[in-house]
Order: sequence, then structure tokens, then C-alpha cells
Amino acid sequence: MECQECHKRPATLHFTQVINGKKSEISVCDVCAKEKGYVTYPEEAYSLHNLLSGLFNFDTSKIENPALHKMKDLQCPQCKMTFSQFKQVGKFGCATCYETFSDKLDPILRRVHAGNTKHFGKIPKRTGNDIQMKRQLYQFKSQLQQLIEQEEFEEAAKVRDQIKELEANIRNKEAGDQA
Amino acid sequence: MTLEHFMDDAISPWMREEGPSSDIVMSSRIRLARNIASIPYPIIAEEEKLAEVRHFIEKEYANKSFNSYHNFEFIPIKELTAIEQRVLVEKHLISPNLAKHTNESAVIISENEQVSIMVNEEDHLRIQLYFPGLQLRHALEKAFEIDDWLEEKVNYAFDEKKGYLTTCPTNVGTGMRASVMMHLPALALTGQINRMMPAINQLGLVVRGIYGEGSEALGNIFQISNQITLGKSEQDIVGDLESVVKQLIDHERNARELIMKESTTALEDRIFRSYGVLAYSRIIESKEASSCISNVRLGIDLGIIKDTSRNILNELMILIQPGFLQHYANKTLTPGDRDVLRASLIRERLKLEN
Ligand SMILES: [Zn+2]
Ligand SMILES: [Zn+2]
Repeated sequence: MECQECHKRPATLHFTQVINGKKSEISVCDVCAKEKGYVTYPEEAYSLHNLLSGLFNFDTSKIENPALHKMKDLQCPQCKMTFSQFKQVGKFGCATCYETFSDKLDPILRRVHAGNTKHFGKIPKRTGNDIQMKRQLYQFKSQLQQLIEQEEFEEAAKVRDQIKELEANIRNKEAGDQA
Repeated sequence: MTLEHFMDDAISPWMREEGPSSDIVMSSRIRLARNIASIPYPIIAEEEKLAEVRHFIEKEYANKSFNSYHNFEFIPIKELTAIEQRVLVEKHLISPNLAKHTNESAVIISENEQVSIMVNEEDHLRIQLYFPGLQLRHALEKAFEIDDWLEEKVNYAFDEKKGYLTTCPTNVGTGMRASVMMHLPALALTGQINRMMPAINQLGLVVRGIYGEGSEALGNIFQISNQITLGKSEQDIVGDLESVVKQLIDHERNARELIMKESTTALEDRIFRSYGVLAYSRIIESKEASSCISNVRLGIDLGIIKDTSRNILNELMILIQPGFLQHYANKTLTPGDRDVLRASLIRERLKLEN
């Protein structure tokens, strides 16, 4: 089996992740396991400074790689923070930094947050309506899948109607936003 | 100006109420980190940008009331003396970090001191709520209400996939730190707490002493909080924390019972000696004072010391801190002078009880 991160080396380590109550399996090579933060070392896990510097140390090998060389010069257009500054202080300069450095973030987040890279918590009440609907849609769809697998077609039909309704709402809202 | 009442009472009004499991859990806290989408974060922003944030919060929220939280007092940190800043830190109304970058930082505090919102700390906004005893779920509910109240007027830095975009990657996602302050004298006495820590850490929770430095937990007061903010909902994080806290409560109760049964006289001796030290000493360092206060509080919980209120632990732990002592004296004190004043304030406070 090939590594699901680099798709080059053979996978040697297998992880089960429980994210928002759903189990998923991932297989990676030992190089990616380290670099992408699938393995954490207990003595580092609770000292943030070590954690972040340890984390960035893994990256130094990558900077030698000419294809990734330009990563070093990434700069946030909003606050002007560069990726090397971010590495030094371990803090973001503004909301746009997250977008700017997005390609490099998941390994960091995975190590800091026990394998997690995606938010499952609160959504802003006033401005987060669209996201709320999309999340609901996602939940309905996985529910539908489950019901079909369990051959509970009557229930499935109900959920399918709910999906249709919600999708129509989202379309209407998007049309409204553009107008 | 009502600043005086934040300063003069060691104990916050909300601490006077008893919460669930108050014999072991002193308080529950929820902290939410939030930022404004269009403004660079405090670590990098220009002063005038931060001044904008500060003025906005003052204009929209100063002297307002929301639900059961009344008359939010707006306090710019630069208007406080160093001693006053320290008192607010000791009462946990602001973080030590807020007091560090003073120029544009501020705090708004509800009259009952249950809610404080720090402005221009590491993040633009840090909402903090305290409840007596173990009330994490209730605290979370109330924290969300305050959060929505702020969001009515502020566009938060939020991303569908990454959640609330905080300054530090350790807070991203929910931006939430839930914590519980616990008095665990029996687990500390029997050394059990140190053995339990690795297991608690493995669950993504952190245990640390809240007073004192390093691994030392003055007054046997420990804070348990979540380490992970991404990938789990706030309710799940709080649920996990709560279940560990409940186990700790059970262990602490069992350990207390066991010590009571097996070494009643030795325990009574320890508790009454501590009471004697607090009631009669003329010079006392904070380390000795903390340990005696913890023993006396244990004596109250076990019914060995009667007619003394439980609040004494919360109150004296704050009263004996350097900032509070110096505020009381209304001048800067040397450590030696503080030890004398500390002993005298504790004696006075104990006299009030009888
Ligand atoms: Zn790989
Ligand atoms: Zn930026």
C-alpha cells in the first residue's frame, strides 16, 4: 500500500482517527508520519515552545528542496508577516495568514491538536448561517447513506426530501446574495 | 467610578454562592478567544488599529447590561497603577499577559465579576466567565450568549474549516479553554495526584498548580483544562473535561475518607496546628500560609473545624497575594513587610468568623 500523504513511499504506519465521532483509517510512511504530525512525542506534547520549534525543525529538511524553496518567502498580503517570522514566533499576524500559509498548516495543527485539522464546534450566529446550512446538508447526506446501507428505504426517502428542501434553500440564498 | 469594588474585596460576588460539588471544585471557567476579521492581531498591529478596537468596545459595550450581567465597567489598563493591575490578575479578572502590553489593552467586567472581556490581549477579544463549583455546561451556555452578544456588532475572524482564527495555533478552532479549579488536599497528601497526571494528560487535558511556580501547587489548588481546541465540539470538550473532573472528585472524596478513618488524630493534629498558625502567627510567608489555609479548609469540609465558612479558602488565597497586600497597605511593601501584613490580615479575617 502506498503512503496516503506523499503517494511515493510505501505505507508502514496505520492510524485510526476519530474525528467528530467518525472513525477513519489512514496509512502513511514513517517519513510522513513524522513530518505531518501523525506521531507526537509525549515529552513534547505539553510544552508548546518545544512543540512548535520541534515541529518546524522537521521543515528545515524540506527547505533544501528547490521546489519548496519559495515557501520560505511566503508573505501575508494583509499583515506582511512572512512564513519564517511565523516559524519564529509561532503566532499568526492576522486572519489572512491562515489562508496565506494554508499549505503548511495541517501538519502543525495535527501535532498540536492530536491529529485534528478541521473545526467541528460553534459557528458565528449572525454571519455563519450559510455554513450552518452546509454543515446540516453534510449531516443529512451521511445519514442518507447510512439508511440506504441499512435498507431503511422509507426513512431514507424522508431524509432525501429534507436534502432537496435544504439544497433549494441554499440555492435561493445564494441567488439572493448575488442580487 | 466603581473600580474600588473590584479592588477592595478579595472575594468576587459570584464566589459567595455555592455551586455543585463546592467542597472540592472551587470554580468553573470558560474562556473564548475571538478576533476581528479585518484588523491585524495585537502581536503585530499598529497602535492606532488597536486603539480602534479599544474605542469600539468602549463605545458599544461600556456601562451596558446583558441578561443577568449588569453595568459592564470599561477599564483601560494604562489607567491602573502597577499594584491595581496586579490585584486584577490575582483575582483572575485579567491575565498577566494583558497587564504586559498596556497601551491599548483594556478589560470590561460585569458588576458581579462573573464576566470579564479582555481587549487586545494576545487576541482582540477574550471572553471569560466564572461560575462557582462544577458548572461547566452552564458556563458554556452563558459564554455562548455573551459571544453572540459581541458578534452582533463584530465580524469575527472565522473560517468554515479552521473555525475561529486565533493568534496562536494552539487555540484555533473553538478558541475555547475550559477549566476547573479544584482543591485536592487528600490526593496531594497521598501523592496520588502525581501518579494520575500522565493519564489525565493522555486524554488531552492539562493539570497544573494555579498558585506557585513549576510543579508546585500552593494551597493544593489545581487547574484542569483542555489542551485541544480543534476537531471536537465545545460540548464534547466540556463533556470530556467534566467526566475527568468527576472522577477526580470521587478519588479525592475516597482519599479523604480513608485518611479520616486510618489516621484521625494525626489529621486533626495537622488541621488544628494549621489553624493555630493562622490564628496566632505574626510573620508568615505565602507558602506556609497557603498550606495552612488548605488544611483549615479541609478541616471545615470534614466537619473538624466548625463555624468557619468555606469561602475562607477562596478569600484568603487572594488576600495573601502580594498585589492585594500592597493595595491594602496602599504602598509598595518589601517581602518582609508583606509577611507581617499577611499574618495580621489572616488573624483579622479568622476573628471575623467567631
Ligand atoms: Zn509518505
Ligand atoms: Zn497576516
